[in-house]
Amino acid sequence: MKSTSVFDIIGPNMIGPSSSHTAGALRIALLAGKMTKRPIVKVEFVLYGSFARTYQGHGTDRALVGGILGFSPEDARIRNSFDIARERGIDFSFRPDYDTKDVHPNTADVIITDDSGTVSTVRGASIGGGAAVIQQINGVDVKLRGELSTILVRQKDTPGVLAHIARCLADNNINIAFTRMYREAKGENAYTIIEADGAIPAKVLSEIEALPSILSAILIEL
Amino acid sequence: MSDFTTGSALLELCEKSNISLSEAMLLRETELLGTSREENISRMAYSYSIMKQAVHTSLESKAKTMGGLIGGEAIKLNELRLSGKNLCGNVVSRAAAYSMGVLEVNASMGLIVAAPTAGSSGVIPGVFLSLQEEYGFSDEEMTNALFCAGAVGYLIAHNATVAGAEGGCQAEIGAASAMAAAAAVQLMGGTPRQCLSAASGALANILGLVCDPIGGLVESPCQQRNAMGTSNALISAEIALAGIHNIVPFDEMVEAMYRVGKSLPYELRETALGGVAATPTACSLCSSCIK
Repeated sequence: MKSTSVFDIIGPNMIGPSSSHTAGALRIALLAGKMTKRPIVKVEFVLYGSFARTYQGHGTDRALVGGILGFSPEDARIRNSFDIARERGIDFSFRPDYDTKDVHPNTADVIITDDSGTVSTVRGASIGGGAAVIQQINGVDVKLRGELSTILVRQKDTPGVLAHIARCLADNNINIAFTRMYREAKGENAYTIIEADGAIPAKVLSEIEALPSILSAILIEL
Repeated sequence: MSDFTTGSALLELCEKSNISLSEAMLLRETELLGTSREENISRMAYSYSIMKQAVHTSLESKAKTMGGLIGGEAIKLNELRLSGKNLCGNVVSRAAAYSMGVLEVNASMGLIVAAPTAGSSGVIPGVFLSLQEEYGFSDEEMTNALFCAGAVGYLIAHNATVAGAEGGCQAEIGAASAMAAAAAVQLMGGTPRQCLSAASGALANILGLVCDPIGGLVESPCQQRNAMGTSNALISAEIALAGIHNIVPFDEMVEAMYRVGKSLPYELRETALGGVAATPTACSLCSSCIK
């Protein structure tokens, strides 16, 4: 984790009213949106805990849609995100879940449908001060904050994947800061999350995707 | 390394090198985060411009807030002051009006600087703009003072919390107030020791204050507590500038605040289940209240 900056304290610069319910919520949807390669046509938000109870008064709903649209937390268009999403042909809806208790109090599921009809579900929690963490991707427990340049790799759980990714990064002189691997079950779908120092050139992604057992590699830079 | 994690270490650094709290924070930022001095200063100048703009926006016209519980307070307070019928004197009256204005902008989905949080975002702009207007400080001096406020806020966040959900209002408005108090002392020529003494006093004055927003919204009583936070900051700064030293050091006060925060019941930590939020009037005002 990076050190606390003075701009984490005098900041973030953000559209109000709440760092956790507005800026942090936006960040969950922003990260979820960045994980989708193809254009998004539909998104459903399931809201838990405090999000479920107070999402309208905190503009959580507009912030979530703003995140899907790729807005930053200080973008004045967040207030009008519903209209902008409709103009862009993105269908959105909200479903408060009052019953589920065993989640962080500010949690949202972002269920995204892309233009090929593929549905993916990303769960994130707003953990204070405008920061967020992605906790699940399609039911697999992960941990992704998006503070550094991040590559999200989806792969078949087979030998040699990590070695291949590491070689691609080394060939491009990229220093890995953190690496974590997650899987559904042995031999099934798995994810590798790599955080690196500095920018990651896009060509690394196609090099990573060259290995047949790798399904996709997505760059997440906020 | 110029990193520090306690007030006493920060003070030692400042006194040994004969630098201000602002300078120590700026050195830490450039060294630890790898950003240039100029970059940090210009980024902070931008933050200050956002604070100023939020105050100006609130004085221009009444905003429609998300919860509809507040709106138009900055204009009313400003009118009272301009009519000469204000009780508090120009510095405190301005600070109160401006801080409430920023909360109005925040509650209407306008742009603010969370300093340290959105719910307490009015305190620092209130104190800063008021002092700048009264004493004619330049924007560069105000920008520099924000690093001092940042140093105090960083220490509170590092060693305790600035989140209402964790530590109650004493953590949010308490931190903002302590940050503004230290910066006010530095702006008025006080020493680093006096800055931390003022911060310690500001925390002590509202120790135990609960977080009980009506309907869970960042509107009421948050907005008025921002106004209170500015006066608390100014009083604490004045006490320190008079050479009155706080008996309990800053680090111990931060620890005390953290312990009190952890002992606050769940109902009084941003859940809208207790305090002002649980009054019959508050509940009748807000349909999203947890019944």
